[in-house]
Amino acid sequence: MAQVQRRRLYGGMTLLIFVVLMVSGFNVADDRNAGGFWDGLHQIGDYPADVLSEAWEKRADLPALIAKYFPALVETINIAAVSTLIGAIGGLFLSLLGTRGLAKWPRLIPIFRRISDIMRAVPEIVIALVLIFVLGGGPVPAMIAIAIHTAGALAKMFSEVSENTDLKPVEGLASTGATWLQRMLLGVLPQVAPNYVSYALLRFEINIRASAILGFVGAGGLGYELRNSMAWGPGRFDEAAAIFILLFSTIMFFDQVSNRYRNRLTEGQGQ
Amino acid sequence: MTTIDLDATKFEAEKLFQRKRLIGFGIPAVIAVYFVYIFFAFDLVGLAGRANMENAVTLASDSWSHKVHVTRDNRSGEISYSVEGERKGRYPEGQRPDWVTGDDAIIIDLGREHIVRYLPDNRTEIEIPGFSLIKVHAEGRSLTTNLPEDLPEWISASDRRVSITTPEGRITMTGARTEVFNYFPGWELFWFTLDSPYYGQGIGTILFGDQLDPNRSNVSGAISDWWNNAMWRHKDVAWAIGETILMAFLGTMGAAIIALPLGFLAAKRFSPFMLVRAAARRLFDFVRGVDALIWTVVLARAFGPGPLTGALAILVTDTGTFGKIFSEALENVDQKQIEGVASTGAKPLQRYRFGVIPQIVPVLLAQILYFLESNTRSATIIGAITGGGIGLMLTQAIQTQKDWEEVAYYIILIIAMVMFMDWFSGWLRGKLIGRKN
Repeated sequence: MAQVQRRRLYGGMTLLIFVVLMVSGFNVADDRNAGGFWDGLHQIGDYPADVLSEAWEKRADLPALIAKYFPALVETINIAAVSTLIGAIGGLFLSLLGTRGLAKWPRLIPIFRRISDIMRAVPEIVIALVLIFVLGGGPVPAMIAIAIHTAGALAKMFSEVSENTDLKPVEGLASTGATWLQRMLLGVLPQVAPNYVSYALLRFEINIRASAILGFVGAGGLGYELRNSMAWGPGRFDEAAAIFILLFSTIMFFDQVSNRYRNRLTEGQGQ
Repeated sequence: MTTIDLDATKFEAEKLFQRKRLIGFGIPAVIAVYFVYIFFAFDLVGLAGRANMENAVTLASDSWSHKVHVTRDNRSGEISYSVEGERKGRYPEGQRPDWVTGDDAIIIDLGREHIVRYLPDNRTEIEIPGFSLIKVHAEGRSLTTNLPEDLPEWISASDRRVSITTPEGRITMTGARTEVFNYFPGWELFWFTLDSPYYGQGIGTILFGDQLDPNRSNVSGAISDWWNNAMWRHKDVAWAIGETILMAFLGTMGAAIIALPLGFLAAKRFSPFMLVRAAARRLFDFVRGVDALIWTVVLARAFGPGPLTGALAILVTDTGTFGKIFSEALENVDQKQIEGVASTGAKPLQRYRFGVIPQIVPVLLAQILYFLESNTRSATIIGAITGGGIGLMLTQAIQTQKDWEEVAYYIILIIAMVMFMDWFSGWLRGKLIGRKN
């Protein structure tokens, strides 16, 4: 009984601390915000309403605008796709080199793990902004930035999978004198490929969002166009609406597609 | 087994081999073709031309070093000394760096026998080993020099502007002013600015030495001078990091609180009405699909820039994600526990509390804590758009294009912050639901 009471006390205290943190955190954030929460709350609908009503008035132009921004959309998708591919290849090597039993240089395992930790911790915007300064605006800074983060993030997920691989095929290959690359390619990859592809697809979804956001800080693609059209303000809301529509439908589309494929990939595996 | 069976199996196996071979070579080939397409679509050839290597060099050298400017205003003849040429880093009246000597003629020793002399009447003499003595005279808006016709590439000269770059430092001269930049490794004034009495004092002196400022005790004075350091703005940086973490915390937790009841509505087992279920699911899909970027833009219009807007953008997007994850977790709940609780005569609410919640809490907590870490990164990016937190400070520092040591400082802090949140959420998860495995 005493134990139950003590547990209740702990639970209550945790809840209390949590509530205090939430309320005070909210107040601090509200204070430091330019506009207050309660003033802004009833204005939430204003901007979408303005955009929608203007877009509706000019609805005849929308197909033309969507066609106009389609190349930007392709660029955004390309950034995501290339960086996912490069990131997946990098993550593959990082994870294999950082997994016990598979690593080529077992002593360097901690180093490769730290490298992937750091790559994962760097927000894309940091690398993107620095590279924009050096390389100028455009898709390449965003691509490199997202690829680095993706490599780190995928390396962690991949190594969770590859830790559970069956080592027998690897040993078998080793007995025939296969090199490390051959052992990995023929012994490990077939075992882990479905899971890896599934994680890479999930990452692709995330990266589409990331590449749109990075465009907003100057790295090309749809986000960049969105910032420009927003800077025009009223009168050009139809352009903003066209970009919103493109972005929204793209994200939904790739979410659905990758969801379906991921389900199929992990289905026939059996737990 | 008959021969026909064997043949059929053989045929099957061969087909399988062929398919595997096709995939094995086909996928890398498709990827290679795609990379070639990207090579041209992203104009990587043109990029080499557009890339500004000078920027890269400035960035690489400035991020770990600082420069001290010695500036002569050629109109008033006034000479000022400052770190990074900023007003905040200016040496107080009567003080100057110890590599500057002389009164009428100011002698600046850049090291390795590179010497610059500011002579009266706006004349300048520059001694560089292996090169003849350079004399420059500024009159009005133009410069007269004794420089020869063909110049080495580290000197650029016209009658308006002369600029000399050496490994020891840089000298630029125009009619209006003469400037010498002397480079040093390290982040100068990181602890105290020059106007603080604690500048240049060792930690031993501050802790145990004589009182440096008659009005304040050493420790509290030193801490307050460091905290209010005008160059590095430690106070603002700390607030900014706090804001970023706050955005992530408020957004993640708020989303979890809102998504939990909605998750019940979307789960087949707990929500008998198909219409409600479908509505909740479409709502999740919608807020997820709109994406944090658009939410940030829309919410910034209503709430103005600041951390609250960022927190709300994270909250709205993650409500969709959490709702989806929670409802999936709820559908996989074990019915037996609920029946067990129900058999004791528990009311529906009690059944949820004791039959369902204990089963899903570990799954939910693990997800929430994972998102807390990933949202710290998102909050950095959203902060750069909506104007709050360390993301904003980073973008501002990069846009001014000169304080690269501050950029490096912020980057290190951001990485440390994300790694800390990663560790912290892992630690909390371990405490709350036990380690994995």
